[in-house]
Amino acid sequence: MASLKDLRNRIASVKATQKITKAMQMVAAAKLRRAQMAAEAARPYAERMESVLGNIASGIAGGPDAPLLLTGTGKDQTHLLLVLTAERGLCGAFNSSIVRMARDRAFALMNQGKTVKIFCVGRKGHDPLRRLFPNQIVDFVELRANKGVTFADAQAIAEKISAMFVAGEFDIATQFYSRFQSVISQIPTAQQIIPATFPEAKPADGAAAVYEYEPDESEILADLLPRSLAVQVFKALLENGASEQGARMSAMDNATRNAGEMIKKQTLTYNRTRQAMITKELIEIISGAEAL
Amino acid sequence: MASFPFELVSPERLVYSGSVTEVIVPGAEGEFTVLAGHAPFVSTLKPGVLTIKGDGALRKLFVRGGFAEANPQGLTVLAEMTVPLTETSMEQFTQMIRNAEEDLEDARDDATRQKRATYLGDLKAAALAIEAAGRVTH
Repeated sequence: MASLKDLRNRIASVKATQKITKAMQMVAAAKLRRAQMAAEAARPYAERMESVLGNIASGIAGGPDAPLLLTGTGKDQTHLLLVLTAERGLCGAFNSSIVRMARDRAFALMNQGKTVKIFCVGRKGHDPLRRLFPNQIVDFVELRANKGVTFADAQAIAEKISAMFVAGEFDIATQFYSRFQSVISQIPTAQQIIPATFPEAKPADGAAAVYEYEPDESEILADLLPRSLAVQVFKALLENGASEQGARMSAMDNATRNAGEMIKKQTLTYNRTRQAMITKELIEIISGAEAL
Repeated sequence: MASFPFELVSPERLVYSGSVTEVIVPGAEGEFTVLAGHAPFVSTLKPGVLTIKGDGALRKLFVRGGFAEANPQGLTVLAEMTVPLTETSMEQFTQMIRNAEEDLEDARDDATRQKRATYLGDLKAAALAIEAAGRVTH
């Protein structure tokens, strides 16, 4: 049986932990709002880019001079997995679900005899993957913690990837990130980024405008495809940012609630023990007095 | 003068959205002016100054990298970087020009070198134009 002092200490420590988790939850809530706003603000750019590229690409895709970023190398031997995770933990299953998805895909591909290379963004994805695939990690980018992701970050990553692609180091690239659906649900998602895929070009309402291009289509495409890669990565990073904060918020909410329950239980034991001791002491005094 | 909807979008946010009468865009093959009812048109951008005329005010912004799309619904400019001229600083440009020069030296084949040289030239021209504009207003 723990002594009263032990119990008191234990309650105090759980209370301190609860304060921390509560604070983390509130910080995550504030950051979530900012991350969501950033993700929303980036949407128009990505949408326009997609629709224009879709328009041009559908016209040129079959042509002989279509750029490789669009058509791919025609092989699917070497796969690059771009795994986007957070810099920090304590956010529920956020990091581990992305890592698990990437890991399963990597094993599945390796079973088919394909070569797998891994590009990690974020420390929390790098650590577990490094243990599993020590020789397959080709690059690792650490995002500066605490600052929001900027387009420059995404651009740097995209540049590295396209340089690798041009050098013929892989055939197909897929990125893994967590799509933000709501505070309680983030969906780990795999998206193929090279060769580029576009949603079926919707016929523009009524006036299927015939555009004039300057310079011509293939040159515009060659200029825009690398940019579009950066936009895709940027979008994934922003979604990830919102997902991370959402996951942390609900994880910390749970932790706070659990701590509350633990405090309740321990206070009950504490009070019982205290009562039992008082009773015991009283009995001792009374029986002592009777013996006189 | 007839006006048309215009949007200037950067990856991080929507920079400008509104009804304007005239926009001058630094296109890759020369500057062009878009008025209401422009033919459907797509062009990539070179680094340069984008001018917006409308609702009485004249706005000038430095834009870099991206493209412009004109269609019957209006004009959209997607730029990787947009900075209002009043907020640009010469250090920024010196830095950008230095980066471009380094890139030019790293270029391995002729096509890349050509492209990067053009980019550097455009950047320098834009810097000069902005400096000149700055002298007038100060």
